[in-house]
Amino acid sequence: MSKILAVAEQRGGAIRSVSHEVLTAARTVAVSVGADVHAALIGPAAIGSLAADLGRFGAATVHVAADGAFATYSGDAFAATLAEHIRDAGYWAVFFPASAMGKDLAPRVAARLDLPLATDATALDVDNGELVIERPILAGRAFARLTIDAPTRLVSLRPNTFRAQEHAAAASIQTMAATASSDDRRAVITEVTAAAAGNLDVAEAPIIISGGRGMKGPENWHLLEALRDALGARAALGASRAVVDAGWRPHAEQVGQTGKTVSPNLYFAVAISGAMQHLAGMRSSGTIVAINKDPDAPIFKVADYGIVGDVHDVLPALTSAISAMENT
Amino acid sequence: MKIAVCLKRVPDTESRVRIADDGRSIDPAGIKYVVGPYDEFALEAALRLKEAAGEGEVVVISVGEAASAEQLRAGLAMGADRAVLLKGQPGMDGLATAKALAAELRDMHADLIMTGIKATDHDQQQIGPMLATLLGIPSITVVAAMEVADGKVKAHREIEGGVEHVEAPLPALVAITKQAFNPRLASLKGIMAAKKKPFEEKEAQLGVDRIRLIGLAYPPERPEGRIVGNGADAVPELVRLLREEARVI
Repeated sequence: MSKILAVAEQRGGAIRSVSHEVLTAARTVAVSVGADVHAALIGPAAIGSLAADLGRFGAATVHVAADGAFATYSGDAFAATLAEHIRDAGYWAVFFPASAMGKDLAPRVAARLDLPLATDATALDVDNGELVIERPILAGRAFARLTIDAPTRLVSLRPNTFRAQEHAAAASIQTMAATASSDDRRAVITEVTAAAAGNLDVAEAPIIISGGRGMKGPENWHLLEALRDALGARAALGASRAVVDAGWRPHAEQVGQTGKTVSPNLYFAVAISGAMQHLAGMRSSGTIVAINKDPDAPIFKVADYGIVGDVHDVLPALTSAISAMENT
Repeated sequence: MKIAVCLKRVPDTESRVRIADDGRSIDPAGIKYVVGPYDEFALEAALRLKEAAGEGEVVVISVGEAASAEQLRAGLAMGADRAVLLKGQPGMDGLATAKALAAELRDMHADLIMTGIKATDHDQQQIGPMLATLLGIPSITVVAAMEVADGKVKAHREIEGGVEHVEAPLPALVAITKQAFNPRLASLKGIMAAKKKPFEEKEAQLGVDRIRLIGLAYPPERPEGRIVGNGADAVPELVRLLREEARVI
């Protein structure tokens, strides 16, 4: 029976939720092609206990490389370990999360194995026994459908796109050899600084509140922050390119081309006119709300719900309405 | 210090793209082509390193069709010292392109290789770490800030909700994201000087492209939305719709 591998990700001793999405996608494809679902997990010595969590989402076998040297992420050391595991294992496909870790890791594994890689897939399909991958190009202005001409298909999957579903399996746990050499540890993480507490990354947040040039200046961002706080821990702030280029907000928050392409459940576009490159970056969101003074702003063409009005008027009202709701 | 910067000719981010009649390519009519925005950040970062060191050479290199000469010239006009065009058609298989770059860079012995995190056409975000792996050198991706000192590169790598501080010995590759590297505009003097700078052309030794494109499609149309109302008065109805119709709050 063929096998599909889902590469899981942990940080700080917890499985990141994108791992569940990747496992679920792997299981869906595995059902179509008649394959077993395996998972791989790399991290410090204590991670062995996390393997059961991967079984909860359908991994029949979990390969664990637990080593003190894997306490922090190392692109080459993780890649060496995974590549050696994959090399002769006969996997039909290997799925990575297209997270910060997966985007860094998957190309290194691909180059070591001399295998092509399709990144940031938004849909997977099996047609005539072949894996068909859909992925955005030109920052979402078009989508490409493609297949990979290789015995092991390497694909990374966009976070927040494949819905995680539990499917309990009694995972058997196997040890994966840590094969990193000293050359694989030339790049070293000396420190990790976290963004301010509660600042969920815009690429992973289920709710995004983005501000545009119409906010008039960074001093007005408290209006957006208040709405974010009212919506709770699931919400993150985003920004248009104009706002980032003006230096009002950091690039990490930018949505659109040269920023992040996002697909949250709920997207608020506040004082954003809707340049094409911005629309391309957020149009796959579940529900889009636009708030803009200009009734002819292009953003209203993609928004499900729009309010025409001034942010100083609309945002405080919206924040207090949502606070009142969340508190009841 | 010798720095090689990889850059790519891509459609401008504001261009409206039309899928060509073959259903598999972008119609080039009406599209303005530019240096990939992230590649431009990488070149800016390279030029600043050279300026800070007070010596060195910045080489711009591209895999692309003949028209990519235009983007390499733009790199020379910004301040790069020489250009290498590896002629060929880069497809979606980044490993095939990384092999062509590796074939050229293996003997160049650059101290630092810099790329943008991704080319904004195929958006694969893979060539930097693939190239470093093929060359057997360390690499740091999604770099928002960096410095080079004592034979080492120290960089800030952006991750979800934080920053990794990473260092690696030279030679190394860094893949640059947008942040502190707002690219300079080429001066008239720079544009004139670019015409006299060394420009080498050769055939790209592309690897086999093993990604088979079936076709391109536009993103799905969103259903027509509606204006709920004007000003703060419309807020209660919006909240009701988000709660009862869209069920997202």
